[in-house]
Amino acid sequence: MSDPGSGVTTTNGSGQISPDMIGSGRIRRGEEVLQVTGLRTQFGTTVIHDNLDFSVRAGEVMGVVGGSGTGKSVLVRTIIGLNKPRAGRIVLFGEDVAALSSSQWRAMQSRWGVLFQDGALFSSLTVAQNIEVPMKEHSDLPPALRQELIEVKIAMVGLPPDAAHKFPAELSGGMRKRAGLARALALDADILFLDEPTAGLDPIGAANFDSLIGDLQRALGLTVVMVTHDLDSLYAICDRVSVLVDKRVKVGTIDELMREPDPWIQEYFGGPRGRAAANSAAKSEGRAGEIAAPEQLPPEPGA
Amino acid sequence: MSAAEDLGLGSGPASALNQRREGETLRLEFAGQWTTQELARHDNALRALDLQGARLAVVDLSACSAIDSAGAWVLDRTLDDLKRRGAEVSLVGSSPAIETLLGTIAKKHVELPPPPRPDNPIIAVTLRLGRETVRIAREGTELLSFLGLTVTVFLRSLLMPWRIRLTPLIAHMEQTGLNALPIVGLISFLVGVVLAYQGADQLARFGAQIFTVNLVAIGVLREMGILLTAIIVAGRSGSSFTAQIGTMKVNEEVDAMQTLGLDPMEVLVMPRVFALVLVLPLLTFYADLMGLLGGAVMATVVLDISFFQFARQLSDAVTLWTFWIGIIKAPLFAFIIGMIGCYEGLKVSRSAESVGRQTTRAVVEAIFLVIVLDALLSIFFSVIGI
Repeated sequence: MSDPGSGVTTTNGSGQISPDMIGSGRIRRGEEVLQVTGLRTQFGTTVIHDNLDFSVRAGEVMGVVGGSGTGKSVLVRTIIGLNKPRAGRIVLFGEDVAALSSSQWRAMQSRWGVLFQDGALFSSLTVAQNIEVPMKEHSDLPPALRQELIEVKIAMVGLPPDAAHKFPAELSGGMRKRAGLARALALDADILFLDEPTAGLDPIGAANFDSLIGDLQRALGLTVVMVTHDLDSLYAICDRVSVLVDKRVKVGTIDELMREPDPWIQEYFGGPRGRAAANSAAKSEGRAGEIAAPEQLPPEPGA
Repeated sequence: MSAAEDLGLGSGPASALNQRREGETLRLEFAGQWTTQELARHDNALRALDLQGARLAVVDLSACSAIDSAGAWVLDRTLDDLKRRGAEVSLVGSSPAIETLLGTIAKKHVELPPPPRPDNPIIAVTLRLGRETVRIAREGTELLSFLGLTVTVFLRSLLMPWRIRLTPLIAHMEQTGLNALPIVGLISFLVGVVLAYQGADQLARFGAQIFTVNLVAIGVLREMGILLTAIIVAGRSGSSFTAQIGTMKVNEEVDAMQTLGLDPMEVLVMPRVFALVLVLPLLTFYADLMGLLGGAVMATVVLDISFFQFARQLSDAVTLWTFWIGIIKAPLFAFIIGMIGCYEGLKVSRSAESVGRQTTRAVVEAIFLVIVLDALLSIFFSVIGI
């Protein structure tokens, strides 16, 4: 089947920058959509990240792990602009985030979705209204279409239809996360940041949420950056994993990371919980492998 | 590069919808990017699609460079719409990626139940009135029983003073008393200034400017000093009692305390109430001084009444009772403010939201009760003639 769209070349970094282009710039699968170089973040005199390099390729699920207080969430918060770095460059979709004008920044904001811990739904709005917020703010969709899209998103994240008119306080933790995910996906974001998506869920709920993220990622071609503590999530859906140690990140597939000499990484993947997660992942490998195979990324040298 | 490779990561300037009629066939071409940002331009056209009598509809996606879930939904809706109107529909040029989107996203669409209709306004108002009445009545009885409990523990502590926790008591005295000096002083001084200025304005008409001193002295000593101090303390310390205890409730610290055999009434409530009862009379005394000072400064500057004259007129105007009436109220008000602050704090449920709600409620209730009690005491004092 032909694809005339392929004639259009990638707009990446160079060239004219307009708010419009950010909204519809093209990035190809496998290409780096997010590059963080030389990042330094600091609170007072405590240095969280020092000279950190981090990159994410389009269409992959990147897990971010690390001990408590190593700045996993801070890294994500810095990338999405909630926290100002002391030094370093963050390039998202080929644009240096620090150099964006406010209108370009707004356009950029509509290209990512963020799921905070416990959903961070607006408590005074119903689930449907929560999902509508980014649509109203960042697009000119007519109300009827907005309504239909809300229905699509709610079904997409597996919420029952009657949850739409409930307030966040009336939902269970797992449903709040699903609603938060629906809001994060309201504008069909290109990149999705998840902060501890399975924290606070029971094991069954966590496994369901993992497979939901995996399914949506494959269907929508999402790029996902996921901060997590959950070893099962790493094995279930992550293509690559970044480990925060010594204020830097070490990136690789889980197999590659297991060969790292760093004691924390050894302990993390080789400890009893790490081995248990690896075993259970190996058991369901056959099934997962079949689904994942056609979508696998081409291996990149020097990853 | 197949469409699967840039699925959802779209490109190009924009999108287009081309309609062509070829004999019996209506050809719909979805070109460019069918993503959320573009859909607003085509939604109306697609909803009002005119079949023009065509029996066959061909939807051509071969020029479509990117499609996201919103685009897939609109596409799916259009296909269904055409089918429902009796056209034979065929989809050409779609990629596996688009098929996946259509299958997994758009087909799963379910219609939401209509949002619950708000009640009839009259019924809603009546319901709310009833609910609030019941709530206030219930709160009143609960407050009354908490008052009883506080008084009991208060008296028991007085009988067994070695059980009073000294360190928190001193800490709370510092927080509620010493740290409140600047704000209480400033506000009392300004109220003295305002009273003197407004009083002088009116009394000048009778040539009775010197009685401005009486006005300021009685106003400040009997009412304004204590009332303003109580209101400031309610806003400053009553609210912080609720917030402190409330946060401890949220963190389950109060529960932990109980399991360790510590009585929250003794550990949390008593030091706070005691501290306030001890400190508010002192604060009131200070506020009285500052209020008189404000009046005196104003009198010197505007009325040419010297400090000396002011002092002489002051000693004529007030008796010791004028001063005591203000001070007597202080421990009562302090008890009410402290008690309500702690009561609302202990009523916090396990959410951060309720800390804020109870704090607001504590301030409102404390100020309300202080003013009600002040009015009752005014009547009482005038009946017994002081």
